[in-house]
Amino acid sequence: MSKQDNLLEILQRQGVSRRGFLKFCSAMASLMAMPPGTAPAIAAALSKAKRPSVIWLSFQECTGCTESLTRSHNPTVESLILGAVSLDYHHTLQAASGTAAEEAREHAMKEFFGKYLLIVDGSIPLKDNGVYSTIAGMTNLQMLEEAAKGAAAIIAVGTCAAFGGLPHAKPNPTGAVSVSDIIKDKPIVNVSGCPPIPVVITGVLAHYLTWGTIPDLDKHKRPLSFFGDSIHDRCYRRPFYDQGKFAKTFDDEGARSGWCLYELGCKGPTTNNACATLKWNNGTSFPIQSGHPCLGCSEPDFWDGGSFYSPLPTPSADVSTVALGAAAAGVAAGVAFGLYDHQKRKKAKQQHEKITVKDLDE
Amino acid sequence: MNEIEILTWLRGPGLQISVALFALGLIFRTVQNLTIGMSKNLAESKGSYMMPGMATIVRRSLFHPGTTHRGYFTMIAGYTFHIGLLVTLFFLEQHILLFKSILGFAWPSLPPAIINITALVAIAALIAVLLHRIMDPVVRKLTDYQDFLAWILTIAPLITGYLAMHPIATTYQTALILHIVSAEVLLIAIPFTKLSHMVSIFIARWYNGALAGYKGVKS
Repeated sequence: MSKQDNLLEILQRQGVSRRGFLKFCSAMASLMAMPPGTAPAIAAALSKAKRPSVIWLSFQECTGCTESLTRSHNPTVESLILGAVSLDYHHTLQAASGTAAEEAREHAMKEFFGKYLLIVDGSIPLKDNGVYSTIAGMTNLQMLEEAAKGAAAIIAVGTCAAFGGLPHAKPNPTGAVSVSDIIKDKPIVNVSGCPPIPVVITGVLAHYLTWGTIPDLDKHKRPLSFFGDSIHDRCYRRPFYDQGKFAKTFDDEGARSGWCLYELGCKGPTTNNACATLKWNNGTSFPIQSGHPCLGCSEPDFWDGGSFYSPLPTPSADVSTVALGAAAAGVAAGVAFGLYDHQKRKKAKQQHEKITVKDLDE
Repeated sequence: MNEIEILTWLRGPGLQISVALFALGLIFRTVQNLTIGMSKNLAESKGSYMMPGMATIVRRSLFHPGTTHRGYFTMIAGYTFHIGLLVTLFFLEQHILLFKSILGFAWPSLPPAIINITALVAIAALIAVLLHRIMDPVVRKLTDYQDFLAWILTIAPLITGYLAMHPIATTYQTALILHIVSAEVLLIAIPFTKLSHMVSIFIARWYNGALAGYKGVKS
């Protein structure tokens, strides 16, 4: 594949029909909440789009995001869109290693300065000068700052890159932060999730290829079209929540009947993501459908929000002991003040001088 | 601070602070009231303080023929509000889960459809008593700023709670944060305002009844 090929040609060479391509464009238009009329516009733009250079930096991460994206729905157009970008550096996927790999990154950064897309997964450690994660002798911070300079836009893939994720969880031993904590002067899209839904990143790429801009974002810089609704609002088990029908354990009658998993710790009400509509594994299912409560993995600091299996109203700290202690202190203080008042009254009574008839005579 | 951090704080340290102040304040005031005691009565009497006091707690809670037309409104609206509030507070599944994790035991909940009604009824009754407070010349004269404060503190968790169940013009997260904040502010305010009547009303009624029902000479 040469960099001059346009997307449609690449896709056709890989056996994707024009019809399949148009279907993908319509799906993208509806996924991104665009009017139906934009599907041809997406098709026209995408078919002419040149292969953009993509540099993918992996920092403090578990490769789960890459696994999620590369193992999306093979072999459909979504995965081919990923294949159709010119992935110039990705240290898990590329064949080159060592100096050759780093040269590829430096070459792409130079040649496509100001034009390449920078994709980041993993958080960036800042503590102790960032020694906790280095690549080719460079700290993650140095590599990110260097690569961000020439990037047209940055896509932070996964909750670690978007919000700090697991490395950022208390007590955060490496001082891990997100991409947007460091880079302030570039457009950043956070595709959060642990891992994120593959089609969401395809959608962001398609948007970028079509309009050359990044999509509308929510306050956490996540694409609004995918993160606009909570899991709870789009959940097919929502009617059970509204009726007050809850599974109490993982194997009771309620669980078997597919009732709401709120009492088993579901974080769907406080989590914005597209799992309930797009689903996973080619639209097969998503955690709640397979009987497990939502962990809330696309929200900042979800690791520190208490147990995955305790319901949302459960206190995140021990309230019972504090309440008992306060009640005991209340009784003690009440009795102490009462005794003090008694003493005061007794003293007043003792000091009270009675007036006798004799006194009145004087 | 993002929503999850705020919610985690409100469900942790925020809840600990508000529950602690509520328990400490209310129990302190109650115990202090009780330790004042009554002066020793040296005269032999026919009756006692205890039973007339208890009877008055019950009797003052009943409708009786002497109640005036105006009093009927106060009683009906008052009862409607209190029942609506208590049913909403103690029989919504989400609330029971909270009580269970603090107290260690739970009880059956009512369907959300019924809680929706009890919450709305409580809100409507609160609005009715506020209008009555403003429009009735006698009650208006008896009103001070604390009555409005108590009204706002009480209606806030009801409205925000209803919003959390039906997010209108807000997200669930925001409504939930507002709901928990308003409930925790209410808990903290109870011991320091006339909302402490949740305990003191029984002491006051007992005392009135005990004095009035006492048969015999007082030394």
